[in-house]
Amino acid sequence: MSYIPHTANETQQMLGAIGVDAIEALFEAAPATHRFPKLELPPPMSEMEVAAEMLAISEANDHAQDFAIFRGAGAYHHFIPSVVNHILLRGEFYTAYTPYQPEISQGTLQATYEYQSMMCALTGMNAANASHYDGATSLAEAVTVALEVARHRRKKVILSHAIHPQYREVVRTYHQGRDIRIIGDRGRGEIVDLMEMLDENTAMLAVQYPDFFGQIDDLTALADAVHDAGALLVMVANPMALSIFKSPGELGADIVVGEAQPMGVPLGFGGPYLGYFAIRQKYVRRIAGRIIGETLDADGKRAFVMTLRPREQDIKRERASSNICTNQGLMALSASVYMALMGKNGLRKVGELNYHKAHYAANEINRLDGYSVDMSKPFFNEFVVSCPRPIAEINEALLAEGVIGGFDLGAHYFHLNDRMLLCVTEMNAKEEIDRLVEILGGLS
Amino acid sequence: MSTELLQPLIYDIGSPGRLGVNLPECDVPKVELPAALMREELALPEVGEVQVVRHFVKLSKLNYSIDQGMYPLGSCTMKYNPKINEDAARLPGFAQLHPLTDESGSQGALFLMHELQKWLGEISGFPAVSLTPAAGAQGEFAGILMIRQYHIDRGEGQRDLILVPNSAHGTNPATVTMAGMDVLELPSNDQGNVDMDALHAACEGELRDRIAGMMITVPSTLGLFESTILEVIATVHDAGGLMYMDGANMNALMAAVKPGALGFDVMHYNLHKTFSTPHGGGGPGSGAVGVNEKLAPYLPGPIVEMVEEQPPRTPSPGPVPPSVPPLDGGRNSSELGKGSSKSPLSSLGGDLGGGGVGVRDAEPPLYGFVMPEKSIGRLKAFHGNFGMHLRAYAYIRVYGDSGIRDVTRYAVLNANYLRAKLMATYTVPYPRYCGHEFVLEGHFADAEDVHALDISKRLMDYGFHPPTNYFPLIVPEALLIEPTETETKAELDEFVAAMEKIAEEARRDPELLRQAPHTAPVRRLDEVRAAKELVLCCAPALPH
Repeated sequence: MSYIPHTANETQQMLGAIGVDAIEALFEAAPATHRFPKLELPPPMSEMEVAAEMLAISEANDHAQDFAIFRGAGAYHHFIPSVVNHILLRGEFYTAYTPYQPEISQGTLQATYEYQSMMCALTGMNAANASHYDGATSLAEAVTVALEVARHRRKKVILSHAIHPQYREVVRTYHQGRDIRIIGDRGRGEIVDLMEMLDENTAMLAVQYPDFFGQIDDLTALADAVHDAGALLVMVANPMALSIFKSPGELGADIVVGEAQPMGVPLGFGGPYLGYFAIRQKYVRRIAGRIIGETLDADGKRAFVMTLRPREQDIKRERASSNICTNQGLMALSASVYMALMGKNGLRKVGELNYHKAHYAANEINRLDGYSVDMSKPFFNEFVVSCPRPIAEINEALLAEGVIGGFDLGAHYFHLNDRMLLCVTEMNAKEEIDRLVEILGGLS
Repeated sequence: MSTELLQPLIYDIGSPGRLGVNLPECDVPKVELPAALMREELALPEVGEVQVVRHFVKLSKLNYSIDQGMYPLGSCTMKYNPKINEDAARLPGFAQLHPLTDESGSQGALFLMHELQKWLGEISGFPAVSLTPAAGAQGEFAGILMIRQYHIDRGEGQRDLILVPNSAHGTNPATVTMAGMDVLELPSNDQGNVDMDALHAACEGELRDRIAGMMITVPSTLGLFESTILEVIATVHDAGGLMYMDGANMNALMAAVKPGALGFDVMHYNLHKTFSTPHGGGGPGSGAVGVNEKLAPYLPGPIVEMVEEQPPRTPSPGPVPPSVPPLDGGRNSSELGKGSSKSPLSSLGGDLGGGGVGVRDAEPPLYGFVMPEKSIGRLKAFHGNFGMHLRAYAYIRVYGDSGIRDVTRYAVLNANYLRAKLMATYTVPYPRYCGHEFVLEGHFADAEDVHALDISKRLMDYGFHPPTNYFPLIVPEALLIEPTETETKAELDEFVAAMEKIAEEARRDPELLRQAPHTAPVRRLDEVRAAKELVLCCAPALPH
């Protein structure tokens, strides 16, 4: 019976102790008319068969071990040192529950505290939570915090159109039951345009850094304008880009959220990922999710515990600002191990590799007839290419050569037909980039 | 703070200039970095690989886990997490699959999600399922948003009240508020069931036209089958409301009762509880939602559907693994609408045989992502926690039609066995058989200073993780115990022995319990200090 260890003899002894003849007798409270339905499921399988089937299904996918991949758009193919997976596979971590019993959960608690600390270092904030589901939901939770900080008196939320389209969709899903207005993301969305929308009814303004198109805007005047309006500046930042670029804290952000999948979490068809959430500590009592803090035990020994618990749903119930309970704890551990290994110098080096390789690819493609790369602003590891043919056609041709091409921007932005968002990371060797350029050149 | 931590912080074990990883040299011509945009300081640790490994291994040893022993945490279903599932999740075809891969290049993943949708629907009696919610709480949120939109579309947007029993998980009322609706709390009766008089009063009184629905856990958070559940459902439906089932306790229901058949309109599953995906020290979870026809158009998206009929084909001549039987076992789940009698794996056979760079099958996609017609929208980027979907898939595959029933049967057997054994020593309210979990009072009339918390902490000294304590809120000094089906009788007997010993210690030496744990890595923690002093981050101070 797979993972059920009972022998027939033990089952009989247990039934005897309970005082019933059969297990079925224990279900008497369930409505008799509906009891014990037959299930139309496939028959049981042995572990050997399941392993073979999972392999067969997995190989029906075009994955990054077989294909050169130049697609990002919110999910990134980066190097993950072996150590990360080996630590993740320790049952002590992955088969533990949320650390509600701190005396026997110090491993999870300290690793999460270190994750919070390293996210603070990257973002330039001084408080972070233990995670949200992903970058998109983390942004949606930031909206809630901004509304709370404004005591729900401000009802306008400004989102840049250059925030990941799916993130903006998620914000709308989360807040459909609220009496607020979400604006800014349906126009041209340059920073100056966003600044003009600020007023005394604005709770927050959010931009992405680098933005969805890979670019970095001049944000120097933004924070002051937002703060002058009495609103909060939220930045959706790719933590990998923060390895080399100024921290959002330096740029005046109040809340920094985003997707930390690039830090040690595999592509995995989109999840589980890691929504990080960092904030200026003065607002920390308003945020959702678990927070780990340091304290002392009964002997005066330093140790860690989940803190500010009264904010959470199990205590505050209908007065809680979010219902989040289970989050992405194990992915936070991945990021913790990843950042510890990469460290100050390694992470900077990865960031620089991304920058140089992406710029090499952009320059080479820009030289091709019929192609042009948008170089109007600085970019990190993604850039927009105008192509001489429909993107679907180009990607089909690339795929036939074993290359997964860029993201088709026309799918989300009607005015961006024939433009693709290409991503180049440290995983793309020069030969791969040259091959991409060569194939593209043949399609002009 | 002066004393040492059990394990120094990662920031305190490095040395300037030490590297933890070797990276390749840059193989392209370098360009100039934009100086004005660059950061000066990056306050990360500088630690070597060996140190990192030892640091995290030492930390891991400070944790208690299922792999170490029984974890009877009520409402959390801490069952064994099969190792094969971890291996499967790490196959390159899953782990290295980009979420925005063209549908033609992700047919394996889409097929798997489609099957899982179908199986979860079959287990719960719902015709439509969305896998996108990232956790149970997000599934609840989806469910309440669907109920809200359903009423709005029928011109009944004034329905803004959700009934929630006072025994509910905290996520239920918090969800209602998040969706912009209001909670109407219902009392429980002395049997642990919803107080029917209060329910009738709410549904038949002046608030009748404001009732949007009800959220209820089955079996209840006390581990009891709500014996009046059919009447509860009928009463709310009569008032025009919809019924939401919190599926946290699904481990007591599989092949025992189908929530959809009982009359529920929507429920969520916790793949990380019922379907064995690991809890990960606080996630990731996965909170799929199932709905009936009324709510199907509102499901959060995207969901997977068969978007094109399969062309008829002869068995693939390619090297398909010979040991793989047809995925649907040759059955036809006629209830499930989109099901097909053909074997989907054989259609994948072309790709399976021809896999590899540059070799592609020209067949059109069979499965695709679809946004339901009136979807409440997207709950997260991409399509849910796929890594949890594939583990749940493998889990259901192992048990199959006959085994899934056994999961529930033995979970309920284990809980009732523990309950029967502990009744002699502890007060067990509600004199009837329980589902997969039960509650007892962690308090003794003749040892007044000992509380549920003390019993919990003392259990650590005996090598067990404590039960859930102080929940549900309606039982004083509650200890909610859920052994799950994966524990042996011997393990349960040891737990009983520890609980009996503790009951005896409570009378003989209450201070022993009040000071517990004695053998854990640390003693009880000062939570007030943690909240007052707020030490949340140890990164070195930043320049700004």
